[in-house]
Amino acid sequence: MSTGVSVSLRAIAKTFPDGTRALKPTDLTVAKGETLVFLGPSGCGKTTCLRIVAGLEKPDAGGRVLFDGADVTETEIEHRNIGMVFQSYALFPNMTVAENIGYGLKIRKVPPAERAKRVAEMLALTGIEPLRDRRIDQLSGGQRQRVALARAVAIRPRVLLLDEPLTALDAALRDRLRTELDQLLRSLGITAIYVTHDQAEAMSLGDRIVVMKQGEIVQVGTPREVYFEPNSRFVAEFIGAANVIEGMASEGSIRFPGGQLMLPEPPAEGRCTIMLRPEAIEIRAPAGEDWTGTVQGVSFLGDRQRVTIAGAAAEMIVAEAPNRTRLKTGDRVGLAVAPQALRILQD
Amino acid sequence: MKSRQLFSLACMVPAVIVITAFFLIPAVQLLFIASGGEAGLSRYLAVLTTPRYRDALLSTVALSMVVTATTLLIGGIAGIFLARNRFPGHGLLVAILTFPLAFPGVVVGFMVIMLGGRLGLVGQISEALGADRIVFAYSMTGLFVGYLYFSIPRVLLTVMGVAETLDNRLIEAARSLGAGPFAIQRDIVLPALVPAFVAAGSICFATAMGAFGTAFTLATRINVLPMVIYQEFTEAANLAMAAALSVVLGLVAWAILALARLRGGDNVAAAG
Repeated sequence: MSTGVSVSLRAIAKTFPDGTRALKPTDLTVAKGETLVFLGPSGCGKTTCLRIVAGLEKPDAGGRVLFDGADVTETEIEHRNIGMVFQSYALFPNMTVAENIGYGLKIRKVPPAERAKRVAEMLALTGIEPLRDRRIDQLSGGQRQRVALARAVAIRPRVLLLDEPLTALDAALRDRLRTELDQLLRSLGITAIYVTHDQAEAMSLGDRIVVMKQGEIVQVGTPREVYFEPNSRFVAEFIGAANVIEGMASEGSIRFPGGQLMLPEPPAEGRCTIMLRPEAIEIRAPAGEDWTGTVQGVSFLGDRQRVTIAGAAAEMIVAEAPNRTRLKTGDRVGLAVAPQALRILQD
Repeated sequence: MKSRQLFSLACMVPAVIVITAFFLIPAVQLLFIASGGEAGLSRYLAVLTTPRYRDALLSTVALSMVVTATTLLIGGIAGIFLARNRFPGHGLLVAILTFPLAFPGVVVGFMVIMLGGRLGLVGQISEALGADRIVFAYSMTGLFVGYLYFSIPRVLLTVMGVAETLDNRLIEAARSLGAGPFAIQRDIVLPALVPAFVAAGSICFATAMGAFGTAFTLATRINVLPMVIYQEFTEAANLAMAAALSVVLGLVAWAILALARLRGGDNVAAAG
């Protein structure tokens, strides 16, 4: 199987004819075989980035797209040899499943025998052999998604581009296909660029995540980096649940209305904002604790409980507690946090 | 429950009255007249054996087929182009191309005379260039031009309507798989437009079969079926023959529409 190319974006920007800036000048390199996820709210420029890599949009003058170091900026999409999977699947309704998967090979004038063999391989790879002669309108959403993937991969693309491929599916199916897709991308070892607004999808699929906002990159990092070390309030709140709270820092600790916490090295001074993940807060008996609050509400989620705490900071704090801990509204609790779980945010 | 059914029935009453009075009764009468008298059902045979009737039927079908094919070609290409491209003057161009819808057949015929008649534009130009005076208005060519003129808007609008709903992602997907402009038209766009072509083509054919105004203006030396029917009951006062010819004309047009509906699905507005 093809392992694909490295993709470099050099100063790519996109201004639409009406003057809106969809993408500010952006530099980025995707390593050979890596799965890179563009993550951000709608209108952040992630799809524009993907379409520039695909060749469906031209970057503003000066921007360049390189595949393995070779400039493909002026190469039309037809000749870039990329695989694309769309949110709407975009399967050809006048062709069967097998014809859809084999279309790119037919265009490439691959001999029929070889084509049939490759189509059979793709059907097996995506687990849809029984569907080979079905019409597209006889398929479910999940099946269509598999056909779209098989069609894109069949041409052995240099890079696979996926534009919100799971968004149109219901939650349970989305989870299952996410796992399958992850295994498929790993086994193919293909370079893949994946666009999504779903942070759970980004975390489970990406080798690295590029968080975008209003046409620019906010942070690039592995799922662990962006989760544990967000560089801004935006990233902290967009990825996972986060308590972003303000306090006064001095002499290695930070003070809140409900007490204080130790700061990690190097400590900050004066007014500062910190981020705490709910699961990093341990709920204890209040006696002897430096930071306390009052339980405002408890929601039982089965595997754990989500506890809202008032009085600890100026804002409400959300913490997680084990599912058998007895807690009720009005309880006084102590909150313990390991210093390394606390992240100082710059903005 | 009872009153709801009564209400539904009551809603159908106006339509039933109109259909009975203006369609069913005349149609039944037409059938009776066509098969009445001594000749009886042999009149239908006469349609095929009498040269005047048979030639009119064949030339009408042939003309309608050529008009339909040409209209689909011209209107289809223009429709796909206009649906997929936006440029200054786009709206004006569509308005001009669909303008013939506003003209009755007689006016279309008159315009063909002004173009290809004895004092027409084409004749004057050809004469000015030193050639013979070209006159085509009163021939099959004249009818062809006139029918083409009023058929194009129908095909154009139908094809544009369907082409505009074509998902652009399909084309992007095909391009990503390596398909060039020709392959995209052949493999993606045209297959998606087949139902529109079938629908527009069958309406176009049926309209050409029955067109009277244009034929009345132009067909002075040639026979097309609607003209023959008109002559039978006005000049020859042969009501029975006119009725038989009408039934045949209706059957041919209806058969084409029914065939199209079978093949093209629910986009076809007639037959059933």
